[in-house]
Amino acid sequence: MTTVRPPIFDFDDAFFWEGAKNHKLLIQQCGDCEVLRHPPTPICANCGSMNNQATESAGEGSILTWIISQHPTEPDAEPRIVILVQLDEGTRIVSNLIDVAPTHDQVLNDKRVEVCFVDYDGTVLPQFRLAEVQS
Amino acid sequence: MSGKRAVIAGIGHTEFSQNSGRSTMQLAAEASLASIRDAGFSPAEVDGTVTFSMDTNDELALIRSLGVPMLRFCARTRGGGGGASATVQLAAAAVESGQADAVLVYRAFNERSGHRFGQPVQANPDPAWNWASPFSLNTPAKVYSLTFQRYMYEFGLTNEDFGRYTVVARDWASTNPNAQFFERPITLQDHQDSRWIVEPILRKLDCCLESDGGVALLITTAERAADHGSDAVPILGSSAIQLEGGHEMFAYYHDDLCEYPEGRVLGEQLYRQAGITAADIDVAMIYENFSPIVFLQLEAFGFCGRGEASDFIKDGHIGRGGSLPTNTNGGLLGEGYIHGMNNIVEGVRQLRGTSSNQISGAEHVLVSAGRSGIILGR
Ligand SMILES: [Zn+2]
Repeated sequence: MTTVRPPIFDFDDAFFWEGAKNHKLLIQQCGDCEVLRHPPTPICANCGSMNNQATESAGEGSILTWIISQHPTEPDAEPRIVILVQLDEGTRIVSNLIDVAPTHDQVLNDKRVEVCFVDYDGTVLPQFRLAEVQS
Repeated sequence: MSGKRAVIAGIGHTEFSQNSGRSTMQLAAEASLASIRDAGFSPAEVDGTVTFSMDTNDELALIRSLGVPMLRFCARTRGGGGGASATVQLAAAAVESGQADAVLVYRAFNERSGHRFGQPVQANPDPAWNWASPFSLNTPAKVYSLTFQRYMYEFGLTNEDFGRYTVVARDWASTNPNAQFFERPITLQDHQDSRWIVEPILRKLDCCLESDGGVALLITTAERAADHGSDAVPILGSSAIQLEGGHEMFAYYHDDLCEYPEGRVLGEQLYRQAGITAADIDVAMIYENFSPIVFLQLEAFGFCGRGEASDFIKDGHIGRGGSLPTNTNGGLLGEGYIHGMNNIVEGVRQLRGTSSNQISGAEHVLVSAGRSGIILGR
């Protein structure tokens, strides 16, 4: 069974993890200039606004880069595929690819992915699966 | 050269080992005293210190060991090994502005026998880890490999390409008596036989050593160094670059994952300050926690083009007799890992003419920690 190291909630990113609990992939958005940003920040660097909102991502994107993480938490835990996703909205997020065997004899770069949510013993993480349509 | 120009007047270090058998404070104090004496100074003349954010050796405890009566400048730079050359920048700024006369730069740890940086993080050290460790990016090797993979994919590289760097580093180390891998050169096959750390990206021999040891530098002005008879090496340029969105661990948010933008900007700054170009660099000392970071830096500093580092290394440029002898002490893979500070010592030695692997006629040395760097020159 996969165990994960839970995030340490911070004022500035608590909304993200609350969103994940509710199966929403949230991206911080400036309430004034509407620029998206991830990882979250307390002030919009584009316009100086502290009017922070979150917008729900469609959860679609492509894999920029990936590795297989052996011994991901405990020495005997199953390997996990770690991916850096370029979301279609423009921000990037580190996550995992699930339902794909963690082997090296495949090319995952630039593959299309879509978000799903997995509860790891109380910690809900946004995770990704390969999209059915690879464009 | 102006007498107000900052120079590295003294260098000092302990042995580099897997188990020093003494406290990190002792390592810091031994290296510090050696650097002060090497410069021809006395501890009472030191009035400033610089170290890293991650150093555990308290300045006040250190000066009690050394007999330094007063500090009027005390600074720490951020970012672990990426800040190695920024220590020199801070010290140079202090002595050139008159904030201090003689600044001791030090770094010491028991990184092998004590706290090992390469081990999995047990708790998120800061909020940035929230975007990595829950997803099983829990070691520096994995964190860095996530960018290296795209570089390999983009330019069609395999782990053998990285291995060619390690072979060169171990060759330099094999003739450096200070190196942990003195008299232990390897072949590419040895590299390929070492175990995977992050398959198919990094093997064990792509990773820096974990070392116990201490390194120190004494930085002052040219005229003070001359008064003390120091064999001083001028600091022709020094800079440390941080870019919005960048991070020394999680370099995932720049547009182009296959370049090192901090390094590119750093190179531009350093060449401008020193009034030279990449072609004028005789020896390059390049921080490598992992072998692929050398590739990104060779490209960032303009020694070769984008994606060309693999061929540059394959063609022999960085080894003995090459156009850009690189990490001539064996680097952090071959000599020891004192967070990049030992590469500064080698840079000074190349210009003093006292390196174990002396490059004859060396006039300009780049010492890069990726996002901080210095150019030393005669
Ligand atoms: Zn805004």
